[in-house]
Amino acid sequence: MLSLSVVQNALEVGFIYALVALALFVSYSILDIADLTTDGSFTLGCAVSATVCIAGHPLLALPAAILAGALAGFITAFLQTRLGVPSILAGIVTNTGLYTINLAVMGFSSNLALFNTDTLFSSAREALFPVFGSWYKLVIAAAITLLVSALIVLFLGTRLGISIRATGDNADMVRASSINTTTMITIGLCIANAMTSLSGAVLAQYNKSADINLGTGMVVIGLASLIIGQTLVGKGSMWRCVLAVLVGSVLYRFIIAVALKLNVPAECLKLVSAVIVGFAIALPSLKGWAAFQKKRLAAVHGKEEK
Amino acid sequence: MLELTNISKTFNPGTVNEKTAISHLNFKLEDGDFVTIVGSNGAGKSTLFNAIAGSFYVDEGSIYLDGKNFTYLPEYKRAKVIGRLFQDPLKGTAPHMTIEENLSLAYLRTAKRGFAAFSTVSKQEKEMFRAHLALLGMHLEDRMKHPVGLLSGGQRQALTLLMATIVTPKLLLLDEHTAALDPGTAEKVLELTRSIVSERKISCMMVTHNMHQALDLGNRTLMMSDGSIVLDLKGEERKGLTVEDLLRKFRQKANKALDNDRILLSSLETE
Repeated sequence: MLSLSVVQNALEVGFIYALVALALFVSYSILDIADLTTDGSFTLGCAVSATVCIAGHPLLALPAAILAGALAGFITAFLQTRLGVPSILAGIVTNTGLYTINLAVMGFSSNLALFNTDTLFSSAREALFPVFGSWYKLVIAAAITLLVSALIVLFLGTRLGISIRATGDNADMVRASSINTTTMITIGLCIANAMTSLSGAVLAQYNKSADINLGTGMVVIGLASLIIGQTLVGKGSMWRCVLAVLVGSVLYRFIIAVALKLNVPAECLKLVSAVIVGFAIALPSLKGWAAFQKKRLAAVHGKEEK
Repeated sequence: MLELTNISKTFNPGTVNEKTAISHLNFKLEDGDFVTIVGSNGAGKSTLFNAIAGSFYVDEGSIYLDGKNFTYLPEYKRAKVIGRLFQDPLKGTAPHMTIEENLSLAYLRTAKRGFAAFSTVSKQEKEMFRAHLALLGMHLEDRMKHPVGLLSGGQRQALTLLMATIVTPKLLLLDEHTAALDPGTAEKVLELTRSIVSERKISCMMVTHNMHQALDLGNRTLMMSDGSIVLDLKGEERKGLTVEDLLRKFRQKANKALDNDRILLSSLETE
């Protein structure tokens, strides 16, 4: 059904986008904040990466994008924790501002092509191709994502990581344990947006292009991956949560690949993701409603029989 | 050790909902004091605790703890030396994290400025947590990897008490911390409170609606009404006082009867 190259592509892109799902795991699942900066910081990562690549430093592009993303996260956190902007609005404000910033980073053009420049993938090709063949791109994408995933799991087990997790779980208790929740939210959002931006940075080099609209709807795609993963793999230890994110992200790409195979037009894919996310988040309340109706009907019928 | 000088707090000033919760209150807590606080609903007991813990800053007056000015210190900094328990057992713990992680978090109070953020909880610390948990007598030491959300209200409140005192605080604030528990569990948590507070000589303030508790526990009893302390009983004056005496004294001082069903019910139980 799916050809090998389609599988390969889904895996590659799945691993790259997994960083966005991982970022949303930190901001949405752990900190309980719907961080709408995500779209903008993804594009920011693309833009910074493409620009630095064109300047001739494909490897330096990654830390540069991480830094830029962290800065975007910091602004959202600052608006939210210090200036009293509601968290969703804080993300929207930063996201709107980032549109201009992203254009500026790309020299006020809406897209950049990297066809005649070296990228991470093209420079590593020589060394990796003889060993892995055409799978070398997957090796690079997976290596970056797995490294970041491992670092995140280790980080969430440290004292600082525990403090961040507790901030999303019970902020009152965290303050009562003499920890500054403002700092924890700020660190969490910086890390999340740094990962989102890194994802964009890798994708730009993978696609050999950056586009101002690449990030549109990214938050929904990330959430879809996260929810698919958590539904299938479940929650539990941090390792399991992160595994869920990876599985979800790769699976989401397979769903998209199948949809394309079934001749769903590419323009409809955003609608497909929106429906998946809406449905998946609504699932618990739908289940509850169904159980209640069943109980109610049983009770009504029981009476009539008597 | 704790010194409140002329503190006031008004909520929603300048609106129809304006409410002076504490008005020109003065209070001095001695080292090792265990004070019980009673009063009608809206008397300002919880507001007093919020003011001391730093949930908000007072409009007027000053707060000193052990000679250090706390008046404008943020809540999380005060929490280094002030432990606090609420009526709601769910408020003091993080439900999706394990018992061990909750305790590690509470134990961070020992950390100096710029604590070793990237270190993990050591084996010795885990052993120490286990020993402390065993003292609660609830077999929680065998469930250290379980999420706290799985525990009962009483177990969670006992764990919160342990978390608030694992690093000995200078001051412990107990805001009706046994009121939401069933009588048996409440008695157990109260017994734990008593033993921890007396063993480690922690200065303690406890709000209660149970007049017997107010007189049984501690060495001093405050009565609050309309944001002020109307009665401060200690020493000889407090000894041998009955619940009826206390209610009478309150009527005289506050010029009104205690209008709190729970207090009245709890005082009826003995009659």
